[in-house]
Amino acid sequence: MFPDLGGPLRQATNRLVEHIVVAYGDGFEALADTILVVLVAIERTLREAHPAFVLAAIGLLAFLAARRIVLALTMVACAYVIGALGLWDQAMQTVAIMVVSVLLSILIGIPLGIASARSNRVRATINPVLDLMQTIPSFVYLIPAAMLFGLGKVPAILATVIYATPPLIRLTDLGIREVDREVVEASRAFGATRWQILTGVQVPLALPSIMQGINQTMMMALAMVVIASMIGARGVGETVLLGLQRGDSGQGLLGGLAIVLLAIVFDRITQAYGSRVQTHRAAGA
Amino acid sequence: MALIELRHVTKIFGRAPREGLARVRAGVGKEQLLAETGMVLGLHDVNLAIEPGEIFVVMGLSGSGKSTLIRHLNRLIDPTDGEVLVDGEDILTFSARALEAFRRRRMSMVFQRFGLMPHRTVLANVAYGLEVRGEARRARERTARDWVERVGLAGYEDSYPHQLSGGMQQRVGLARALATGADILLMDEAFSALDPLIRSQMQDQLIALQAELNRTVVFITHDLDEALRIGTRIAILKDGVVVQVGTPAEILLAPADDYVAAFVRDVNRARALTVEAVMKPPVCRLTDETLDRALAEMRRHGAAEAVVMAADGYRGVVTAAKVEAALQAKGAPRRLAELAVAAPTFTPDTPIERLVPAALQAGVPLPVVDEAGNVKGLVTPEAVGKMLAEREAETAPAGIETKPRDAA
Repeated sequence: MFPDLGGPLRQATNRLVEHIVVAYGDGFEALADTILVVLVAIERTLREAHPAFVLAAIGLLAFLAARRIVLALTMVACAYVIGALGLWDQAMQTVAIMVVSVLLSILIGIPLGIASARSNRVRATINPVLDLMQTIPSFVYLIPAAMLFGLGKVPAILATVIYATPPLIRLTDLGIREVDREVVEASRAFGATRWQILTGVQVPLALPSIMQGINQTMMMALAMVVIASMIGARGVGETVLLGLQRGDSGQGLLGGLAIVLLAIVFDRITQAYGSRVQTHRAAGA
Repeated sequence: MALIELRHVTKIFGRAPREGLARVRAGVGKEQLLAETGMVLGLHDVNLAIEPGEIFVVMGLSGSGKSTLIRHLNRLIDPTDGEVLVDGEDILTFSARALEAFRRRRMSMVFQRFGLMPHRTVLANVAYGLEVRGEARRARERTARDWVERVGLAGYEDSYPHQLSGGMQQRVGLARALATGADILLMDEAFSALDPLIRSQMQDQLIALQAELNRTVVFITHDLDEALRIGTRIAILKDGVVVQVGTPAEILLAPADDYVAAFVRDVNRARALTVEAVMKPPVCRLTDETLDRALAEMRRHGAAEAVVMAADGYRGVVTAAKVEAALQAKGAPRRLAELAVAAPTFTPDTPIERLVPAALQAGVPLPVVDEAGNVKGLVTPEAVGKMLAEREAETAPAGIETKPRDAA
């Protein structure tokens, strides 16, 4: 009754992946190396630093973002509990992977969001791709990723980027489109170039929305850590995975708690910063 | 030569403006075009010449195309057809770069909802035009500070727009536009979003600044009172077509068609018109003479009244009737200067409103004297009365809203 679509598609995909691995393997390796260099540097810094420094840094960051002592102390307490759970080292590994993933997402997401805001055609093209990225199970693209980059941290980061970038693209697009038309028109009327309008008006005014996108991206990146650990990324995700493999519910819970605490820390800090950049905008709108 | 000139400017919004243009040329009207093709005729064959130094007002209801028109002057909108000349040069031929330079140097703009940047302080907003063209921070902030002060916002340099009232925000908008030193100022319903009291303050400020700076202002409004108050000349726009161009007095006294007539019907003429519009030139000027000779002189001119001048200028006004009465009465003054009523004088640009009380009291026609001391004319109470009564007598065509409140 059905025509055989699956067979040819499967073979074609495999041939394509094989071709890419053979023909462009070196290029991907170079890319992977670059990412790895950054990741290793961040990871080493975090793991080798005395936990007290890291706690102090979290406190300072939270205070700079929110300007509230209580919030800063709460964030330090959350991080302290992670250490008390015995997962400090794993948490630092996870943070390193997350930071690199989020940086990559920003690097890709914001320019794409801007492009999408400027042209309806770009938006119409990007949108279904974003839907696909968010709905397709991550294992599906983990297979070719693992073939291209081998097992380990880099494919984990790429999988995270694929999963976590769409909301940033969408929110950047939305933020720029929602900038008051008259303000943009005013800067055009004063002879601003497109670049001046973008950097001086559109992006700064879209910043609350962009910050929200970055926040979402961070949360989604954290949601990926367990899956990422399946292809060899270390960290708290691995703790959960090991708990699963050994039937150790307690260990699973510890890992889960650590992930939640990390999420709280990153969420509160970025939210606080986001709402602070918003104070001078909301009232004007 | 006119500073800004629009020649046969037509603008059609929609999917296929060229095709729409062909239809419009073939005589299809705005409504028919919309019904048949879904395209909107924004402007239709607009021709205007704006002279340097004037406040040129474009007046029309919402949807008349006035905001579209002003955006053609700095090419925020490009026309479908026609030419826009500034200093005789067609700005439609400008490259993107030349257009940016043109906007930075020649034209600045004030917006209805202010268009301020909420993330910048008042000072940074005012300095925006200078920043865009690459002036150093110190220089541009000095200029900006100066303008913030001139519009009366000293002390608010570091505030953010949302901390200011509407009137203050628009002063920031005005200062931003003036700070670039552009000689042409485009104002798109600049005062429409303000409270009436603030609006009239801003109008006064604009008129004062204009008198001092002598820039050319193109001002868009839907408020005829505002147009009459500040305009040197006014263009009335209806459905994208210029219906009439003229001075406020011309618009009020000689409306081109029923549409304009309906507009001006409810205008407070006493406020909108100046003394100039009702005065008549004095037929008879007398120096200090004997009453006989004065009366003879007045009769020779057929004048019922005369202005009495002395070596040092204006003395007063006499009427023929008074002179006759004085000749017959005993003990009356024998010299004209003594008989003349030193009625108060008015400059030609005084609103009639301010002259009315004096006109009713003086009992003689009031002389109009310009700043240099020259007598330009006489205003009789009858002329004032006739001017103000005319509107009562007129029956205006029904169905046209003369004072729209919306400004969409």
